[in-house]
Amino acid sequence: MVKRIPILFLSLITAPIYAEMKVNMPLGVTPLSHDIYWLHMTIFWICVGIGVIVFGALIYSLIKFRKSKGRIAEDFHEHTLIEIIWAVIPFLILIGMAIPATKVLIRMDNTEDADLTVKITGYQWRWKYEYLDQGISYFSNLATPANQLNNKAPKNKWYLLEVDHPLVVPTHKKIRILVTSNDVIHSWWVTELGIKRDAIPGYIHETWARIEKPGIYRGQCAELCGVNHGFMPIVVEAVSPMQFAEWVKQQTQGKVTFNTDVKLTLSKKELMGRGETAYDTYCAICHKPEGTGMPPAFPALKGDKILTGKPGDEIAIVLNGKAGTAMQAFKNQLSNEDLAAIITYIRNAWGNDDKNKQGPHAGELVQPEDIALAR
Amino acid sequence: MNSIEHAVDQHAPYNSQGFFSKVTRWIFTTNHKDIGTLYLWLSLIMFFVGGAMALLIRAELFQPGARIISPEIFNQMTTFHGLIMVFGVIMPAMVGLANWQIPMMIGAPDMALPRLNNWSFWILPFAFALLVSTLFMSGPAPNFGWTFYAPLSTTYGPKSTDFMIFSIHLLGLSSILGAINIIATIFNLRAPGMTFMKMPIFVWSWLITAFLLLAVMPVLAGVVTMMLADRHFGTSFFNAAGGGDPILFQHVFWFFGHPEVYILIMPAFGVMSEVIPTFSRKKIFGYKFMIYAISVIAFLSLLVWAHHMFTSGIPLVSELFFMYATMLIAVPTGVKIFNWVATIYKGSVTFETPMLFAIAFLFLFTLGGFSGLMLSIVPADYQYQDTYFVVAHFHYVLIPGSVYAIMAAIYYWLPKWTGHRYNERLGQWHFWLTVISTNLTFFPMHFLGLAGMPRRIPDYALQFADFNMIATIGAFIFGFSQLLFLINIVRTVRGKGPHVSNQVWEGAHGLEWTLPSPPPYHTFSSPPTIDECK
Ligand SMILES: [Cu+2]
Ligand SMILES: [Cu+2]
Repeated sequence: MVKRIPILFLSLITAPIYAEMKVNMPLGVTPLSHDIYWLHMTIFWICVGIGVIVFGALIYSLIKFRKSKGRIAEDFHEHTLIEIIWAVIPFLILIGMAIPATKVLIRMDNTEDADLTVKITGYQWRWKYEYLDQGISYFSNLATPANQLNNKAPKNKWYLLEVDHPLVVPTHKKIRILVTSNDVIHSWWVTELGIKRDAIPGYIHETWARIEKPGIYRGQCAELCGVNHGFMPIVVEAVSPMQFAEWVKQQTQGKVTFNTDVKLTLSKKELMGRGETAYDTYCAICHKPEGTGMPPAFPALKGDKILTGKPGDEIAIVLNGKAGTAMQAFKNQLSNEDLAAIITYIRNAWGNDDKNKQGPHAGELVQPEDIALAR
Repeated sequence: MNSIEHAVDQHAPYNSQGFFSKVTRWIFTTNHKDIGTLYLWLSLIMFFVGGAMALLIRAELFQPGARIISPEIFNQMTTFHGLIMVFGVIMPAMVGLANWQIPMMIGAPDMALPRLNNWSFWILPFAFALLVSTLFMSGPAPNFGWTFYAPLSTTYGPKSTDFMIFSIHLLGLSSILGAINIIATIFNLRAPGMTFMKMPIFVWSWLITAFLLLAVMPVLAGVVTMMLADRHFGTSFFNAAGGGDPILFQHVFWFFGHPEVYILIMPAFGVMSEVIPTFSRKKIFGYKFMIYAISVIAFLSLLVWAHHMFTSGIPLVSELFFMYATMLIAVPTGVKIFNWVATIYKGSVTFETPMLFAIAFLFLFTLGGFSGLMLSIVPADYQYQDTYFVVAHFHYVLIPGSVYAIMAAIYYWLPKWTGHRYNERLGQWHFWLTVISTNLTFFPMHFLGLAGMPRRIPDYALQFADFNMIATIGAFIFGFSQLLFLINIVRTVRGKGPHVSNQVWEGAHGLEWTLPSPPPYHTFSSPPTIDECK
């Protein structure tokens, strides 16, 4: 027993050091994440304390009462007072723990007096951020290129934790966060904000944050939401209120609106260039960069009968999704130009434009106008 | 020793000569020992099937990046690994132990409803065939996790989901019939003088478990039936667009699911309460309080289901209620741990393989209890929920809890069942490899979860790479060490190893130890007399 004590102390002292080596929950940057961290550490040390006592008694008994030491069992198998004591003491400890936990929980529940409201909608497999008062709305997609996923290129520092458009929020303001979903259940989780909220289709749940330190905070979808559950990261960029105001201005000036009537015709080169980029962001994760898909759940686009025929059916599928499959509706996610570019791209890439093999309609272009008509 | 010779030819029915009758013996058997054996073999086979799936998962997670299985297959593997380990391994093993032991422990000739017993076993192979067949179908197999949350499993579920639904119906049916049989046996077939408060704790723990099964298995059947209706009959139980609520699914599922984890662990408590006294050569400490504690745990387990749903936006008041109720479970669970430690205290302890597993249970199950207590704190749960911290938690409860208890029970009772001692050296190797690799696999997962790694992801950020690699190495050691277990069982069953006496273990008490080893095919045809000392 005496020999074990130094080891025990060593592990107690080293625990806080490990805390910096990403083995512990981060302290975070909001009052709530601080509260959570504090509760977490308190209950952790209570468990360590109980563990020392229970394991100590167990180790002592196992060493002291060995038969090989000539021990003979004693008739000690009942003691009502002891039973009551070791039921009551843990009960009191639990009450001591329940009180602060209750207080924190009540504080978390208070979403009143917010300075800013952001609505977050989970999609398979991206997040949509809407600033309800500012009229800003956009999608946030995984930005890690496919060749890194397939180990064909060295991985970035923020592999799988990087997005094209982060959620930008001001520091030192109370942000009310509304979370919902468009399809299945997702969960919006950023450890350093102390927030995890399930995104439930048809229901909106709220929470809040007040970020005290500018910086970039990363998280992931935490609820299994289908095949690309592991590929819908979250990046939150907290900037000073002034910078935020600046950002809002920028966003509202260059506002993209869908369903435009602008009759725009793009060249094949423009369509293909834009299409490839958009395809990699929105489609490649299921249909693969080489268009091979992952049959049978995600059909191959290479050599697909619909894509090599007369344009029409594929436009409807991309716009409205395909019921009963993972193919979702992109109508409200992408502009006419992007949709036209993507469809043109998949009609022309991977040899789909080969008229000899695929027939007379192979490789025909689709223009934003065609999308506007089909909407 | 003399009694052995006279028992040898009686551990099979009279007509089991020739291949055909050997097969029909197992198909038509109504003998509790045969049926117990069938359950245990099924469980052992499924243990390797579910384990192979776990190794596929771990192999994919060895390094970041897409490696050997696609995300789609990955999700199917997490689903099947969970379903198989819960319904195909732990539950059948526990029922197998109940079948073998309960009649022998209460002095009954057999289970009360032998034909029902046959049926409740033989439903299982068909149920699993139905489930596993989906892996070979052209569409995707169920790929939404063993918790099959709606709407991922309803509106968005693959076609094969219906096979899973019917499979779960069958599994539930089997469990309900098994539970009825156990209750009927314990209530009606106790030998004269075997009062309730003289019953071994293993029997008590199974009695309470059987009532829990009856309470929640119909709820599971209900929830999958609602899924079926949503998928095909136009209802909208779980679809907000039709006036339903996806959260309703979680309420109903966890009303089954939480008691289910206690169904998996309470027979393990029973096994511990047999093994620890035997190898401490001392009566169980606080017999009555142990029984009260199991009863309280069973009752509370029906009131804590929403602690799996703290992040789903349930109202503040329910969060508080479920937090308090969950914390409260720590009290009776603590009482059990303290009583086991007190049983060892002032005993005379030896360290045969069953006892080693029991000691590892005490340490590691308690560790799983600690992380469970941490998870009960709602605000902290906001961070833990759906991360590897939870994965670490429930694997610590289920492996050192249920699985170690099953292994302890096999090593403990196998000499009684076969008449031969297992190989002790092999058993010790199995133990040490298992216990070291369990910790190597699952301890780092606590760190992963706290640092921010979600569950059920096929690929992860670079900061998680080191611990994932360690976990994978641990998992492979764990998996392959189980072959030692298999070898040891097969050797013993085939009669390698020294003959054992009726008593087998020096410190063992109870009716089963008064029978020859192996016990004759039919035991206690006339009831034994129960003396004062249990
Ligand atoms: Cu998601
Ligand atoms: Cu639970």
